[in-house]
Amino acid sequence: MVESVRSCEEVWREISNYVDGEVDAARRWEMDEHFKVCKRCASVLAGTRNVVTLYGDERMLDVPAGFSRRLEKRLAWNASGREPRWSSWSAWLMPAAAVVLIAAGVLLMNSLTFRNFIQSRHAQPGNNVPADLVVVVSDGSKVFHVPGCPFIHDKASERTMTAKEATRDGYVPCTRCLRQYLKTGLIGQPRVGDADSADVDAEDEGVEVLSKAGH
Amino acid sequence: MALNITAKNPEQAGSARDADLIAKVQSGQHESFYELVRPYERRVYAAALAILRNEQDAEDAAQEAMLKAFANIRKFRAEARFSTWLIQITVNEALMRRRRERTVVMEGIDDHHSGAGEAESDYAPRDFADWREIPSEALERKEVRQRLAEALATLDEKYRQVFVLRDMEHLNIQETAEALGITVASVKTRLLRARLMLRDLLAAGWEQGWFSRLPFEKGTKPW
Repeated sequence: MVESVRSCEEVWREISNYVDGEVDAARRWEMDEHFKVCKRCASVLAGTRNVVTLYGDERMLDVPAGFSRRLEKRLAWNASGREPRWSSWSAWLMPAAAVVLIAAGVLLMNSLTFRNFIQSRHAQPGNNVPADLVVVVSDGSKVFHVPGCPFIHDKASERTMTAKEATRDGYVPCTRCLRQYLKTGLIGQPRVGDADSADVDAEDEGVEVLSKAGH
Repeated sequence: MALNITAKNPEQAGSARDADLIAKVQSGQHESFYELVRPYERRVYAAALAILRNEQDAEDAAQEAMLKAFANIRKFRAEARFSTWLIQITVNEALMRRRRERTVVMEGIDDHHSGAGEAESDYAPRDFADWREIPSEALERKEVRQRLAEALATLDEKYRQVFVLRDMEHLNIQETAEALGITVASVKTRLLRARLMLRDLLAAGWEQGWFSRLPFEKGTKPW
């Protein structure tokens, strides 16, 4: 026995399945009978059918102007192999590659521009100065010297300590009196003419290069 | 979400045209891919727009979906229609983008009264106008298409997505459920509600004369 439609609400709940043809024959007959006598439900059915018909029309699928051309161009670009197949990566890979290239460029420029500063005689560490060598430091300067060096500032405040202690306290070796230790402590390759220029400097200033034997 | 779709009926596999073009692309004739997807580009765009609600985002997602389909064309086994496979890739792409770039979504027509405990099928029609069939010629008018698109845009997204895939993309209930990752029962209840809400919106348009004003005949003047 066919169960009868008890209310309009019951019809509304089934109306979508009815339009899609997904109710069984008995239910369909029962609903057809209801539509014949119920204007409200007939209105709901007609309106639902209009919705399905209108929105289901191909003309409702509109695309922006130029969409097809842009799509074809991108597909052609991709098919030609000019665009990476892993295209989902491209969103971040290209900017990342750009950042790496820029960073590499900056590092390269820095290494070229500041190479001379790194090799400055005044910035050379005292690593090769014998640790137990007795040196002199004084107030007003962060340079340690061999005792007797004419370039000691404020001789009245001279103090002696070992080279290890001076280095630990942040002092750097005098480029005059401790030159022989600095020659082998250059960072990178010595520049052409470095030794000559140092000798000239010393001679111009009337300074006798202090030897290990002398001091 | 998996790209594979298992169709119940092998006869639903793509048309002979699609099969021929797919074979060409799979064998290395990449230039045939656009010819293969061209008939579906509107549907792909509409599916993306239904989820993203922004034309530029939808176009980007549609293009990306096409590229993914191209990249995965060798995996297509004709167990489903090619168009369905393409639409599902598009839906996946759009959903992924929406999750990634979640923005404030406009409240839809249903947002105001869809409490957590309210059943999805409780919607009751509000307007009982004396309908008659709206001729599809009405769609020739851009204004009508615009009005219909605006009405669709007011729907809450869960109803809009189901409606677009089912009634505009013509996926079946099962395919719609698989594409959106929801149950068949949910598709049916959301579809019912979407249709009834749009019907009410169209009823308002009917009364406002959206469909009654005929375009001027060639050679006639409005004055």
